[in-house]
Amino acid sequence: MEEFLPFLFNGLSISSILLLTAIGLSIVFGMMGVINFAHGEFIMIGCYSSYIASLVLGSKGTWTALVLAFVLAFALAFAIGYIVERLVIRKLYARPLDSILATWGISLILQQVARNIFGSNNVEAPMPKILNEGLKVSEGITLPFNRLFIIIITILVILLVYIFMYKTPKGRILQAVMQNRAMASCIGINTKKADAFTFSLGCGLAGIAGICISMLGSVGPSTGQNYIIDTFLVVILGGIGGLRGTILAALLIGLCNPFIEYFTTSSMSKVIILSLVLVVLQFKPQGLSPMKDRTID
Amino acid sequence: MKQKIIYAILIIAIILPVLLLSDFRLSILSKFLVFSIVAISVNLLWGYTGILSLGHGAYFALGGYAMAMYLKLQSQPLPDFMEWSGIETLPWFWKPFQYVPFALVMVVVLPVALALLVGIPLFKSGTKGVYFTIISQAITLIMSILFIGQQGFTGGSNGITGFKGVLGYALGDPTLTKILYGLVVIVLIGIYFISKFMLNTHGGTIIQAIRDRETRLRFLGYKTHTFKVITLATSAAICGIAGALFVPIVGIISPSIMSVLMSTEFVIWVAIGGRATLLGPIVGALTINYAKTIFSESLPEYWWYFYGFLFITATLIIPKGIVGSLLKKKWFKNVLLK
Repeated sequence: MEEFLPFLFNGLSISSILLLTAIGLSIVFGMMGVINFAHGEFIMIGCYSSYIASLVLGSKGTWTALVLAFVLAFALAFAIGYIVERLVIRKLYARPLDSILATWGISLILQQVARNIFGSNNVEAPMPKILNEGLKVSEGITLPFNRLFIIIITILVILLVYIFMYKTPKGRILQAVMQNRAMASCIGINTKKADAFTFSLGCGLAGIAGICISMLGSVGPSTGQNYIIDTFLVVILGGIGGLRGTILAALLIGLCNPFIEYFTTSSMSKVIILSLVLVVLQFKPQGLSPMKDRTID
Repeated sequence: MKQKIIYAILIIAIILPVLLLSDFRLSILSKFLVFSIVAISVNLLWGYTGILSLGHGAYFALGGYAMAMYLKLQSQPLPDFMEWSGIETLPWFWKPFQYVPFALVMVVVLPVALALLVGIPLFKSGTKGVYFTIISQAITLIMSILFIGQQGFTGGSNGITGFKGVLGYALGDPTLTKILYGLVVIVLIGIYFISKFMLNTHGGTIIQAIRDRETRLRFLGYKTHTFKVITLATSAAICGIAGALFVPIVGIISPSIMSVLMSTEFVIWVAIGGRATLLGPIVGALTINYAKTIFSESLPEYWWYFYGFLFITATLIIPKGIVGSLLKKKWFKNVLLK
């Protein structure tokens, strides 16, 4: 058991980051069939938020700064997401492939904006000191606090999203639009408003993921790009049926990763994981948890 | 009569650059024409069949690497990067590449093999739309990781470069530049007419029907996935040929061609030029690459803004692209089609 602990912990840590980055994307994809290629840049906005917070409150790395960073990241990403939805995404709902291209263009613009504001060099956001230490389990095994913290944040975020989506009236409205847009519209739900809100919410969640990523190291204009393809894989492996599929997919990819990496190299493990995803999609082309649907286009 | 004038203008347009442009510019133009071939292959898949691949860099690179391996072996019996990684004998899969026919066949076979490997399982299981797009992108990323990781066999992130020459001429020789230009023009025209012919066959109609309403086609009894696999393979083959032409012109092939950025660039050429039009991809590839050259010479800072807006423009403002929008105009139709 002792030997397995580091693997399990690493796997959980990877899963938590995958899940945190994928959750927003998955909600947007489930709602409107749009894959937001600028999702990585909303993660980047989150990363820079913690940098901005440290600039405002001094570079000590206090808990106040971290809390401010979370609020700022969510608000900033949410607001920019709302603007993007209003200006671009709204016009492309019927054309998912075109929305890929348009959001890719937005991603390039946002990256360049970040480069112009913060410079192309990476910056470091100071974090509370305790996060750099670790929990000593036994000789030679230390669990870093920042990883533990990210796992806790992920669980919190998932719980909040779950409660919001399934237990509040507003969340139920989103569910309704997700399941049957035409019918929801017929009973008087403003689907456009629901779309705008969902997209902004997805972006806001990406911002929170960005804060967590900024705990792991320095951040730069292209930080988001490093996570984006794995995130896409989690989303399509999970399917559009809701939170369950995404959680399952993130756990599957994340937990497999350290074990495969142990037996091969890190580049080979990426190859193997992609092949695994392909095999699963072979049997479940709509992902692990597809939306039940009887319509044919 | 009109057709003759158009052909005459075309021939002049092809010959003029040879006379007017410096060798440096001519080789850049050849590179752009190679990109037009890539754009045609992307258009075949996206514009006509409705399958968006963000992974055409992989097919391009495979064609390019096949050519580069041949050229490298012509320059050195044992490539220098192998020595650096401590490999003393030529690996078995490199050996046949010293023969031209084998290398030329591989230029097409390797990309097609990858296309079949990817396409058959995916299309058979009914993967479509966004799902295929993301998987194609991931596969290209994996390919580039593999190529960078295998430093000793592929030259790592530097790729394969340092060729002594092509066809007996040193690289950069003015005569060679002109020969390559001619070759690219001929291949481009050939591929243009082949794809035009293919689209006019029954199969060509079927793939366009797949784009418009695949389910209905399946209910009519067509095995749509077979047509999709064939289109993907054809597209990959064309892309591989372009890759092979790219290497002697530029003198290097490296995994950077498999980056997400590059493969997306292929698509935007088609989108701006005009998807599902025959001329569109060529116009788009030439225009955007020309714009890119101008920007990178004068305003490199603003290129990314401009480029980002291009994507939004291509989808929101001119979804039909340059050629597609022009085709709606009566005068343009009269000039081109009568």
